[in-house]
Amino acid sequence: MRWIWIDRFVQFERGKSARAVKKLSLAEDYFEQHLPGYPIMPACFILEGLAQTGGILVGEANDFKEKVVLAKITSARFVREALAGETLFYEAELLTLRPEGASVAGKVFAVPPGAVETEPGAAPIAEAEIFFAHLDQSRSQQIFGDHNFVFSGELKQLLGLAKVAAQRTEGAS
Amino acid sequence: MPSQEEIYQKVSATLVEALNVEVDEINPAATLQGDLGAESIDFLDIVFRLEREFGIKIPRNELFPESIFQGDPDFVMNGKVTEKGLDELRQKMPFADLSKFEKNPELTAISDLFTVDMIAKYIQGKLNVKN
Repeated sequence: MRWIWIDRFVQFERGKSARAVKKLSLAEDYFEQHLPGYPIMPACFILEGLAQTGGILVGEANDFKEKVVLAKITSARFVREALAGETLFYEAELLTLRPEGASVAGKVFAVPPGAVETEPGAAPIAEAEIFFAHLDQSRSQQIFGDHNFVFSGELKQLLGLAKVAAQRTEGAS
Repeated sequence: MPSQEEIYQKVSATLVEALNVEVDEINPAATLQGDLGAESIDFLDIVFRLEREFGIKIPRNELFPESIFQGDPDFVMNGKVTEKGLDELRQKMPFADLSKFEKNPELTAISDLFTVDMIAKYIQGKLNVKN
């Protein structure tokens, strides 16, 4: 299974906030088992999507030079289930960014099939505060070398994808 | 300028959020690791929250110094902090209450210096609130 829990960034303000979208397709593997006959997204995957949104926000703020790892979910609250067919919007706001790490406040909104966007004032289906650590520069270099294993591939490409999509939209208008 | 009591209440609320403990578990003498179950990453979380809560900057290693005794082999002898080491502690952590620790300065007991009251005292110092 590919470990990407965001389809695309739709807003990105460097060092401040990010908004990403994730469409829940019944074709995704986990729906087969979770739950048979009642396809809902496991809450931990919702959290992972939010952490990826926030983690890329944190990583980009330092030009992906830091190895950003999820250190702690300080709090998480799930209001209702996310169902196959829905679209999730992940919103992450950077609360603190320091050389040692960062904390992010996140909200998840769900839009049912047929609806276009999140209703203004809609209540989130989940909220979490996530704490990221920058792996200790000197120690992680001894173990992993210069290579940044966190932002090596697809996670970093997500921002490129968002840029290409934005350029297409601008070109079309 | 917040009062000592207001600072303590805010520190207490910060710890409730960061460590997911009940407010009645918190008292001035409660140790962060022993009594409140803080782990290493929680210390950074606490620093971030205190900065936001009080609008202050807490430089790395100021509130929770790491490896205080690495600079000099004379700071620790046979598992105990020496007089020279205690001087270093007094200098680096003037906001910590060393009175109990000084009587039996076992290195392993150093985490007991990190109490709720220690954080409150540190914040008071930062905000120039007099005792």
